[in-house]
Amino acid sequence: MSQITRRAALTLGAGIVVTLVAAGEGMATPAEADAEIAKFTGGKTAEAGKIAIDLPEIAENGNTVPLSISVDSPMNADDYVSDIIVISDGNPFPGVAKFHLTTLSGRAEAATRIRLATTENVIVVAKTSTGKFYTARKLVKVTVGGCGG
Amino acid sequence: MAEKTRLRVPTEAKKGDVIKIKTLTSHPMETGLRKDDNGKPIPREIIKSFACEFNGKPLFRAELEPAIAANPYIEFTAKMAESGKFTFTWTEDDGTVTTAEASITVT
Repeated sequence: MSQITRRAALTLGAGIVVTLVAAGEGMATPAEADAEIAKFTGGKTAEAGKIAIDLPEIAENGNTVPLSISVDSPMNADDYVSDIIVISDGNPFPGVAKFHLTTLSGRAEAATRIRLATTENVIVVAKTSTGKFYTARKLVKVTVGGCGG
Repeated sequence: MAEKTRLRVPTEAKKGDVIKIKTLTSHPMETGLRKDDNGKPIPREIIKSFACEFNGKPLFRAELEPAIAANPYIEFTAKMAESGKFTFTWTEDDGTVTTAEASITVT
């Protein structure tokens, strides 16, 4: 763990939030996250709702944060969720993952484990086969640090 | 290099069931942003994509970024209509491909 840089460390209460990357590399900003979403939606506005994001409110270890996503969709040939993107607004790069689903999926669900550099929003946007976009976001407080951090 | 993959796939299902598929592979998912003890950047080496096919038909695909945790865990669902074989493929930055298979009997 000694090679994790501490330049971007900031104190948070008694603990210390240590970002996983050097501040010099630059972090994604909410504007970059929005740009990434706009690229996915082609400029269309994503409607809030239909998506449930399961993430811890407080992640003690930003190196591996369980994420699970479920979108309310009939998942039949006429209407199914074809793509889901996961975006962060505080990581070095906004992109986290893209999931591509099919009618064989049965349910619009996916789960993985992600890295979060700091306390930040995780934004999920889902695209349906009918061309609709839905979005949801969740703020995760990240505390990395050994002693009660 | 992905050395080990672990799958959790049911071996049996009823027709119309939606099953959960869990996959895990061992990989450092090096972000390319870290530096070694001498201050040299450690080159990026991640699994950039994962795909699952059922009987040769695309079922699920994921594009991964460095923001995916080491030893990538991916979970998704499949609606079963027939017996057959799942094929899983992990592709790394350098083109290395790791594959795995699982069979299911649908009654």
